[in-house]
Amino acid sequence: MSRLSITTPDKSQAIVDSLYANMERRIDVAPQGNCPVELTDAFLRMCLAQSCGKCVPCRIGLSQLSELMGKIMEGEGTERDLVILNKAAQAIVDTADCAIGWEAARTVLDCLKGFRDDFETHLKTGRCMSSFKAVPCVTFCPAHVDIPGYIALVREGRYADAVRLIREDNPFPSVCGLICEHPCENHCRRNIIDASVNIRGLKRAAVEKAGHVPAPKCAPPTGKTVAVIGGGPTGLTAAYYLALMGHSVTVYERRKKFGGMLRYGIPRYRLPEKFLDEDINVILSTGITAYTNVEIGKDIDFNEIHQKFDAVYLAIGAHSYKTLGIPGEDAENVMSAVQLLGAMGDNEPVDMTGKHVVVVGGGNVAMDACRTAVRLGAASVRCVYRRRKQDMTALPNEITGAIAEGVELVTLMAPVRIETDEAGAVKALVVKPQIPGVYRGGRPAPKNADAPEEELSCDIVIVAIGQAIEFGHFAECGINTSRFGTLQADTSGAVAGSDGVYAGGDCASGPATVIKAIEAGKTAAANIDEYFGLHGEIDFNIDVPIAPGNFRDACGRCNMTDRPAAERIHDFDLIENSMSDEQARQECSRCLRCDHFGYGSFRGGRKTAW
Amino acid sequence: MVNLTIDGRRVSVPEGTTILAAARKAGLRIPTLCYLKDINEIGACRMCVVEVEGQDHLVASCNAPAVEGIVVHTNTERIRSARRLTVEMILSRHRTNCTSCVRSGNCTLQSLARDMNVLDLPFEQKPVSHQWDDTYPLIRDASKCINCMRCVAVCDKVQDMRVWDVTGTGTRTGVAVRDRLDLMDAGCTFCGQCVTHCPVGALRARDDTMRVFEALADPDKICVVQVAPAVRTAWAEDFDLPREQATVGRMVAVLKAIGFDYVFDTDFSADLTIMEEGSEFIERMTHHDEYKWPMFTSCCPGWVRYAKIRHPELLDNLSTAKSPQQMFGAVAKTYFAQKAGVDPEKIVCVSVMPCMAKKYECAVDEVNDAGAGRDVDFALTTRELARMVKVCQIEPMTAGEAEFDSPLGEGSGAGAIFGATGGVMEAALRSAHYLITGKNPDPDAFSDVRGLDGWKERTFRIGDITVHTAVASGLANASRLIEAIRKGEVRYDFVEIMACPSGCAGGGGQPIHEGKELGGERGQVLYRLDREAELRFSHENASVQRVYEEYLEHPLSNEAHRLLHTDLKAWKL
Repeated sequence: MSRLSITTPDKSQAIVDSLYANMERRIDVAPQGNCPVELTDAFLRMCLAQSCGKCVPCRIGLSQLSELMGKIMEGEGTERDLVILNKAAQAIVDTADCAIGWEAARTVLDCLKGFRDDFETHLKTGRCMSSFKAVPCVTFCPAHVDIPGYIALVREGRYADAVRLIREDNPFPSVCGLICEHPCENHCRRNIIDASVNIRGLKRAAVEKAGHVPAPKCAPPTGKTVAVIGGGPTGLTAAYYLALMGHSVTVYERRKKFGGMLRYGIPRYRLPEKFLDEDINVILSTGITAYTNVEIGKDIDFNEIHQKFDAVYLAIGAHSYKTLGIPGEDAENVMSAVQLLGAMGDNEPVDMTGKHVVVVGGGNVAMDACRTAVRLGAASVRCVYRRRKQDMTALPNEITGAIAEGVELVTLMAPVRIETDEAGAVKALVVKPQIPGVYRGGRPAPKNADAPEEELSCDIVIVAIGQAIEFGHFAECGINTSRFGTLQADTSGAVAGSDGVYAGGDCASGPATVIKAIEAGKTAAANIDEYFGLHGEIDFNIDVPIAPGNFRDACGRCNMTDRPAAERIHDFDLIENSMSDEQARQECSRCLRCDHFGYGSFRGGRKTAW
Repeated sequence: MVNLTIDGRRVSVPEGTTILAAARKAGLRIPTLCYLKDINEIGACRMCVVEVEGQDHLVASCNAPAVEGIVVHTNTERIRSARRLTVEMILSRHRTNCTSCVRSGNCTLQSLARDMNVLDLPFEQKPVSHQWDDTYPLIRDASKCINCMRCVAVCDKVQDMRVWDVTGTGTRTGVAVRDRLDLMDAGCTFCGQCVTHCPVGALRARDDTMRVFEALADPDKICVVQVAPAVRTAWAEDFDLPREQATVGRMVAVLKAIGFDYVFDTDFSADLTIMEEGSEFIERMTHHDEYKWPMFTSCCPGWVRYAKIRHPELLDNLSTAKSPQQMFGAVAKTYFAQKAGVDPEKIVCVSVMPCMAKKYECAVDEVNDAGAGRDVDFALTTRELARMVKVCQIEPMTAGEAEFDSPLGEGSGAGAIFGATGGVMEAALRSAHYLITGKNPDPDAFSDVRGLDGWKERTFRIGDITVHTAVASGLANASRLIEAIRKGEVRYDFVEIMACPSGCAGGGGQPIHEGKELGGERGQVLYRLDREAELRFSHENASVQRVYEEYLEHPLSNEAHRLLHTDLKAWKL
């Protein structure tokens, strides 16, 4: 017997590890609509399998909780069982010796609270009210684009049909092919096997291979008129579907060009003009009357519009910005990211040659500002953020992309004041070091560290800590606003108290993603049509190829690649490379066709019209 | 065309054909359980799995396309083992009380278990159960449900009623009435299509045979039975009797052998319905502005329930004429009782119907006008009749032939075709022609309304009048038709709707045959009976004429209104 030995992983441990890895992937997929009680119980039993068994609350208590939940699920539970379940879970939280026990019980308590209605339905009816959502990508796409459908079309080389099918739910296929945050991919069932299908990449492939695909014909005129205020993604989406339903649509845009934040917020290296213009031109080709350089409240009064049109869709976006509220913020060369990116949209770049730039913020807009500054010739770009890198809300790709382009992250630093020189120009940003504290809202809240302030010398400060909505004129005209500084619309998009007025997109939800804006536009179009007492249908009649087979071998995902950082920092050309035909074919074959296999063939499949 | 090889046989099938269909074309057997052609091709039961070379897993052949060049095997140890285990898994959640199950001998699961040579079960049997009110016309036994989802699919796609739904997820997933409702609140039409498409005994119609046997045994009662047109097409399907031998006369003889005192024919009251409904149609046509259009038939209680549930605004459009079943009951307990000199309270009026909704209809309080209890005391399905024959151990083949009794046993060919989709329309048009022009048309002048299309439209010229007609069967087709009327896309004068696809011949009370839709074939029996009948016009039915002469005066008279018409709006659901 040796006194000490080197541990080597045995075979069964390796299998346990892979079991955990499989579990992790499965949990990531998070199918929707399963019974929350059963999920809670399954989680609990997994926790129980991790228990060492030393302490009573964990060893016996957790299994008792599971038994009670089993009873409830079998329809044999009573109100008293629910009371005991709560009390026992609380007792385990209070008494368990280590995290394996108390954290499990705490989760059960959260579930008891969060799923109260579900537990009670089980008690009362002996049944569960959940219903399984068949096709995860379609479920999680806010616009509910028929993803398996267009992937099947790309696979067959029917690119134009793929684009048409996408446009049935989303008139921005080119834009979304490049910059959609693709919530669909997070829940792709393929994650259970290896990794999600590269859905966004395939959308881009469809668009690039299809070339120009004209819009379908509009329905016969209904005689109804709709004004859309704001020519961004949500306004144009609504305008497009309303026009297709046969309504007469007029869009008013305040700026020089259409596109909203797609043009005035997203840099060209992520979304080149030709992609954006392609989508916009197809939308406008449906016979929409479109005005630019018209500001409602200045050039035309909202009340006049409200009177003149049968319905109005407010889609004014979030084009104002939040400020830090620190001394020196009014100094020369302090600007908001919204201003910088807005100027870029009109091809009016700010010269940053040789300047030292500090960007404040940790979101996608902050990354856009950093990377734009790099391309505008800045000598150095630092991104100052008061939390940690992993707390940043920017997409991981954006952060790594920025770092590759030479942006330096300065994390755990809170801005205190901006120092200026005698001429009133920015000299430095003074920051206070932070340490991560207790969790609030799912992230650790930063707090001042026991360390001295630091001075980050710089020539330009760009503030990218959030956008705001300019709704003054509309509020004056009686449009409801919320305490979050947005226009107040219900889930149908309707603005209570203003007949025939709908609002959506960033101005109603607060700043969000393009696909959420498209969802809002589509929703408003459907409900405005219903408001007219009509039931216009959007159906482009595209037949989808039948699923060829259920091929299940694990296969690596083809990720998108970028142009080399050293090359791309000198221009505003598109960073991301296209998918090759070979890659696209392989990605298509990775789609599991959840529209056909599993629940899809039963109740899921496809909704061909809306 | 695509070419594939199945078990060494070269098969050529059109593109889009499933492997299952291709195999069956090649004469190969592949077992199925949840599969319903075009309605439920969801690969849920996994009985139809096959091996496709190059694919590492078994493939559900019911919804996998036959692809060029594939090589398929349907009989390997891997397949046999998987199928046997699958049946065993299903059986572990199925209450196998086969000896006391209504579907014993006609159960797809039972025959699969036998075919797969299941001799003992490796799994513990744990069927689930749910409460159900056994007085409902439709009875569900959750402990027998195998969650094949056929009922859900039929109710969704064929009937557009969405009464059934899948509740829960995971291992507790199960079929139940939608939104956790009681069946009575879920908008069920009682059409019974879910029953005739259930592969096991989870869904059935309420059995009323014991109560009928009790009445038959009561010496104080006079048991009168009426037999609906479509019943004569299917009553003997459970017996070893070819269709040609399953004659109407043999059916009458069998009913007499069971012990009914009078065996009458619903064809008679179908003719009566034509007199009332045809006259009503002409009344409406001649006072066009006083009525809502189009006029709809009202003889199908599944359709009446549908209209009440889904389109109460249409109830004024439905004919006020009662169905043949109810007209018969009303006449039996008044005119017939008087004529036979018996106390109507002593009459037990039984009907044999191809229908489950008739059980509901005869129990509607507002439909009883004869004043002697229910006008129709018991409505039996065709399946219940077959069961009574078995209980009595009657051998239909040797039962001989007999004639319907008089006076309610005389029916025309027009009455007989009520049991096929389009039949009511055709019968009505034959008599409407006579009522409008004073002359009989060629009896086959309106045969254009026949056929199994779910939605047919025909225009006829009768005298100076142009009649736009439509005929729909299956409630999903009815939904499409009504929507088209609502949108102004179509305009009709007279519309016949039957809840069941192909009409009563394919009714929810008819015998059940796995994988077969026999409505069309049975309908042909009715058209043959019509063709061979001497009497082909309802208005020429002497017994009907006599009822008017001796009792009702004329169609739409006050007494006819009291006994033969009803206020559908007042019916409770």
